[in-house]
Amino acid sequence: MQESPSRFPAMWTTFMSWVDRRFPLTETFEYHMSKYYAPKNFNFWYYFGVLATVVLVLQLVTGIWLTMSYVPSGDGAFASVEYIMRDVEFGWLLRYLHTTGASAFFVVVYLHMFRGLLYGSYREPRELLWMIGMAIFVAMMAEGFFGYLLPWGNMSYWAAQVIVSLFGAIPVIGEDLMQWIRGDFLISEVTLNRFFALHVVALPLVLVMLVFVHIVALHHVGSNNPDGVEIKKHKDADGVPLDGIPFHPYYTIGHDLPGIVLFLIVFCAIVFYLPEMGGYFIEQPNFEEANPLKTPTHIAPVWYYTPFYAMLRAATYPLFGLDAKFWGFMVMAGAIVVPAVLPWIDRSPVKSMRYKGRASKFMLGIFIISFFILGYLGTIAPSPGATALAQVCTVLYFAYFVLMPWYTRVEKTKPEPDRVTMR
Amino acid sequence: MGGDGFNKQRRYFLIGATSVVGALGVVGAAVPFVKSWNPSAKARALGAPVTVDFSRLNPGELLGPIPAWRGQPVFILYRTPANLEQLPKLNSSRADPNSERDMQPAYAKNEWRSRRPEFGVYVGLCTHLGCSPKYFPLVTAEPWDANWEGGFFCPCHGSMFDLAGRVRRGLPAPDNLRVPPHSFVGDKVVVIGIDEENA
Repeated sequence: MQESPSRFPAMWTTFMSWVDRRFPLTETFEYHMSKYYAPKNFNFWYYFGVLATVVLVLQLVTGIWLTMSYVPSGDGAFASVEYIMRDVEFGWLLRYLHTTGASAFFVVVYLHMFRGLLYGSYREPRELLWMIGMAIFVAMMAEGFFGYLLPWGNMSYWAAQVIVSLFGAIPVIGEDLMQWIRGDFLISEVTLNRFFALHVVALPLVLVMLVFVHIVALHHVGSNNPDGVEIKKHKDADGVPLDGIPFHPYYTIGHDLPGIVLFLIVFCAIVFYLPEMGGYFIEQPNFEEANPLKTPTHIAPVWYYTPFYAMLRAATYPLFGLDAKFWGFMVMAGAIVVPAVLPWIDRSPVKSMRYKGRASKFMLGIFIISFFILGYLGTIAPSPGATALAQVCTVLYFAYFVLMPWYTRVEKTKPEPDRVTMR
Repeated sequence: MGGDGFNKQRRYFLIGATSVVGALGVVGAAVPFVKSWNPSAKARALGAPVTVDFSRLNPGELLGPIPAWRGQPVFILYRTPANLEQLPKLNSSRADPNSERDMQPAYAKNEWRSRRPEFGVYVGLCTHLGCSPKYFPLVTAEPWDANWEGGFFCPCHGSMFDLAGRVRRGLPAPDNLRVPPHSFVGDKVVVIGIDEENA
């Protein structure tokens, strides 16, 4: 704007200066967009942060619209979802956007987190940024869990029963805690109502606030990049990083917009042609109303929880006088939160996988393969062979973290470049 | 008194005292929010005792799951003499053969885990993660166990219970099936939710 003020009509400039004296609009826009310098070497993996934001907005909007037709009661919930699907104009589209959006949210967030592992985005000075991201991940899992009860299908019901029963594994207070969470002696309309309140009001607020804080932290420390070197080390006379380009318009228009369009093409293809994804996005038993007397023959969570569910089931030995189910709960909770410690256990002199040694690459590969195998095992019925495999994969999953202080220190790394590279 | 006109110690004391009172206020204010999540009077009333007449049940049959105790599925099991004979033989493979853990009222802490040997009353929820186990009474090869001795099998995580609701060792479920408080008011009429005989 400074270079060519004549680009804007005088009235606009006057109006903006009126606003800017009262609210830092131009300043905020410059700080976060037009003068936020992002490394010039972003690649494919840098789409998923902005895509997560797009899906968040999609979930908020479709969620608000679904709330207008949904009835959170034991007698009415299941029927109201069918009402949305059949009688509300475009209700089916709103619901499929929301259910597919939930899965898409986890797809992009898992890829976004993988990017962090790949390029060491959690390393100093981005520890808090990473931990805020972990908090978003946990809040998302809770949000998905609460939302899953709302259609009041039989899988909704028994999935909630199983997950709430996890808290029964906590010694001494477990039973009372379960009753307190349910508000009843079993999962009932009371539970449905409170999950509705949490899903529709409480957690969306938490998520939006956490995402805001995540972006504030990101723009304060600056983005990492595929080389894992700090662009702020080399600045020009004006203090602009030599390897940085303004986020707007280079990344907004040049990088993210085409990415969003591509993403939406794939997303819409699924919404229109594969909304149930063969039972992975919407499970078959959920087309039957909740029945407290009849467990579906095979209970499996939605795909995005299955790696953790498989780890829960993998714990079959009691230890130190505590039940196996308590350890299953601990393993599952531990597996979800353990990435939060990454900033402190990665001792490598370099950040990016491009310059780390063979051991790091190998361990990351093992970690990802275990995660996929566990994800598959969580969808199938338990058998002794599957449990044994899940135990092996659980050990490998944790080995990635537990052994990290050792293998990142002893391996031979390649020298980091001084400036970012374009490849 | 500090040279620049304030007393550091008094200031810290006041900040500390205000913080403590404030924290107590927050805890107090949290009480109604936390308590409102407890089962309401209505939910507790719906959990009142239920009378079940199972006079049409034949030996070897199961009545249930019926929503009989606090809305939870309840099994009423009519065991045959052969079933009862088999129970002690399974002791060695049970996690808690003698019902040491607190999963039943005192009157059901016996070999068959019930008031009367032939009638078993159990909450039909797996003690692992609360799925409803299914009834497979026959001693025959089943997909999950070639030497199945008859009992309940939980489809969710594969826990197995015998015909006294005792869990097999080494499976995810840690406890035997819960025995709800119950009492008989007739030969084949049971009140579930009340302990006293002839209540």
